[in-house]
Amino acid sequence: MVFSIDLLFEAVLFGVLLGCFYAAVSLGLSVAFGLLDIPHVAHPAILVLGAYCTYLLGTTGVDPILAGLLLTPVFFVLGVMIYRFYYETFERRGGTEAGVRGLAFFFGLAFIIEVGLILAFGVDQRGVEAAYIGSSLELGEFRIPYRMLAAFGVAIVLTVALTLYLSRTFTGRAIKAVGQDEGALRLMGANPVRIKQLAFGIATGVNALAGAVLIVVGPVEPALDRLYIGRTFCVVVLAGLGSMSGTLAAGLILGITESIVLMMLGASWAPAVSFGLLLLVLGVRPQGLFGR
Amino acid sequence: MSSIKFWISAAVVLAALVGMAFSGANEYVFFAGFVVLQFVVLASAWNILGGYAGYVNFGVPAFVATGAYAGLVVFKALGAPLLVQILMGALMSGLLGLMVGMLTLRLRGIFFSIATVAVIFILETVVLNWRFVGGATGLQLARPEPSFGFETYTRMLFAVMAVMAVVAVGISRYLQYSHIGQGLRALRDSEEAAECSGVPTLKLKLIACTISGALLGAGGAPMPMYLSFIEPASSFNLSYAVSTLAMPIIGGIGHWAGPVIGALLLASLQQIVTVTISSELNVLVVGVLLVLFVVIAPEGILGLVKSWKRSSK
Amino acid sequence: METILEVSGVRKNFGGFTALSDVSLAVAGGERLGLIGPNGSGKTTLINCISGALLNDAGSIRFDGQEVSRKTAHERTRLGIARSFQIPRPFRSMSVLENLMVPLAYVGGISGNRARTESMEILSHMGLAAKAQTLSSQLSQVELRKMELARAMAARPKLLISDEAMAGLAGTEVDEVLKILFELNGQGITIIMIEHIMQAVMSFSQRVVCLDAGRIICEGTPETVVGNPEVQRAYLGD
Repeated sequence: MVFSIDLLFEAVLFGVLLGCFYAAVSLGLSVAFGLLDIPHVAHPAILVLGAYCTYLLGTTGVDPILAGLLLTPVFFVLGVMIYRFYYETFERRGGTEAGVRGLAFFFGLAFIIEVGLILAFGVDQRGVEAAYIGSSLELGEFRIPYRMLAAFGVAIVLTVALTLYLSRTFTGRAIKAVGQDEGALRLMGANPVRIKQLAFGIATGVNALAGAVLIVVGPVEPALDRLYIGRTFCVVVLAGLGSMSGTLAAGLILGITESIVLMMLGASWAPAVSFGLLLLVLGVRPQGLFGR
Repeated sequence: MSSIKFWISAAVVLAALVGMAFSGANEYVFFAGFVVLQFVVLASAWNILGGYAGYVNFGVPAFVATGAYAGLVVFKALGAPLLVQILMGALMSGLLGLMVGMLTLRLRGIFFSIATVAVIFILETVVLNWRFVGGATGLQLARPEPSFGFETYTRMLFAVMAVMAVVAVGISRYLQYSHIGQGLRALRDSEEAAECSGVPTLKLKLIACTISGALLGAGGAPMPMYLSFIEPASSFNLSYAVSTLAMPIIGGIGHWAGPVIGALLLASLQQIVTVTISSELNVLVVGVLLVLFVVIAPEGILGLVKSWKRSSK
Repeated sequence: METILEVSGVRKNFGGFTALSDVSLAVAGGERLGLIGPNGSGKTTLINCISGALLNDAGSIRFDGQEVSRKTAHERTRLGIARSFQIPRPFRSMSVLENLMVPLAYVGGISGNRARTESMEILSHMGLAAKAQTLSSQLSQVELRKMELARAMAARPKLLISDEAMAGLAGTEVDEVLKILFELNGQGITIIMIEHIMQAVMSFSQRVVCLDAGRIICEGTPETVVGNPEVQRAYLGD
């Protein structure tokens, strides 16, 4: 284990970029689970699905980030459909095992997506090509891969845009409120179900763009969704359910921690970091940093 | 079904299965039968926490692998016989269940479920870096001679798994009708109302989680002997996670017979499909069936039978 | 009569929001206390803190001479605090009879035929005997409310907190529930009633406490409290 300030600094720098990326891929979950309280364990699977769709568009020559943008409305519609189905089947009817069924449903969905991807694309990794993938920016002694900068850029824009939307627009604020007080919303004339539907659609649409960023950062494989359950839930729980700004802070903490562990212990320990951090938060401070 | 009827039926079934192991049947029957019986154990174990208490364990592979690796360690280090391997597997997995439970069962159900996914990754990482158990490449094992007069080791494993299946179903049935089962059902239906009715919900959840974990570990412990081989990739197999969840849900959660029906049907189906088509497709079929049942027939096959009986009255 | 419940300086925060600030209240054994206040005033939070569904952040809660504010809800139930829920929470997979057998088993330690007999007695008092074998998920609203009270009674409480047991019920149904509460009080059970239906509160309570924005703003006989200008302002606004 070689330890030097330079290496540490580079790890932290990389961790910051990585952390913003983690925040971006967790945004959809922050809305779906943090705000709407839906047990959306299929979020990472849809993220990976978005990455693969980006790959498909990439084979026709479309730039990955552009592909992500094109996929966003498609995934929005997908999200609306999934929420509608979930609501009609589980939330509306209730019943003795509603909680178990909802969880099992999303788990099954995630599983079907993963196996579907394996059958369609095989277990090997798939990547995309773009001008900014493969080369690095050189700042003095440090080299920052351009693809990380691209991911960082998109992540920041996405996070800021979503946060502004949720706090400045009427529908955005309705989305923030619907998780806490449906009754008040109803009194204001808004339909909570349609708000939640819209929110879930947005969460899924954002996920498409996040998936594009995912495949820009590195090649993807179908099993990636399981790893990202750890990363996204870690970020959302660490941030505190319902806190959008916390997502960025939590992402940074995770990114930097993972980057340092990667530097000190190597790649085989890195996946356990997010899960370990998640368990730590659940044990010590389950409401997270900024939770309600 | 009254207790006497259950235990007599169980004894008859057990005698038949063990008797089969001494017969001249094709070796493949025992090879595949082991898997089916193992799923009866795993599904019943899962149901104790998932069906009775309503807490969904996504981390079945972690518990099964803990059982397998615990058994392996005592075999490799001490030359322990199969029974000791199984007891060790149950002990370590039970402890794992208790720890995960203490960490997360105070929180909402989804946090427990996510924590069980976390456990898969963390344990897999530990195993990958542990040379004694073979790390990523795994270990080959030399099986000892079969005891109790069985012709082959696989036949013995089949018989042992048959015993374990009866034990697991027996425990599961006992719990369902016991004082604990009553409390679990109450807390599953409404944790708040259960607390206000004097039910010590956390304690009961921990008990269910520990017993469930222990049985999962016991079911996993014979794996190294069964395969003569152990490696992380097959031990932490995702198929375990989906199948073990799907079987009680398809059979009917909340009742001891549900996992048995689900396991017998699904595991047999899987053995057929894997042989005729691919193993990915097989696992996809299970996933699709899971979602279908969760959406259309949430009470599982048992529920369908119940409502069919009611409507035909 | 002796004080059976003593709430002193209780405070409860949710993040930055203060739901209860410095609430103090004493309830005498066998008393009929009404707890009123506009929506969001903290009534349910207060009884959640008393029953143990929530843990208060500051202050103390003494029941029957014991400090209970750090005890779990089920421990408090075993000590004698029972409550019904604003939105009924039946054990949906169980029949009405089986619902009652849970507290009988877990508080009273009774099971089997003895439990069945005692459950039927309670159900008869509540007028639910005919529904004993019905699945609780199939009950009507008023039947659910009665079952909530019946289940609370099966825990053999010394103190019963009824949280809006009559909300949304029609006239005669309100009277049915009110009659049950009077009977229970007649058996010596202290009752705290949270209600919005003013007539019920007036006719039932010996003493009324009014909450607003997490504080007690008035305490006294029903007439005094209802006639208090601050109370009227809290309900009707300025």
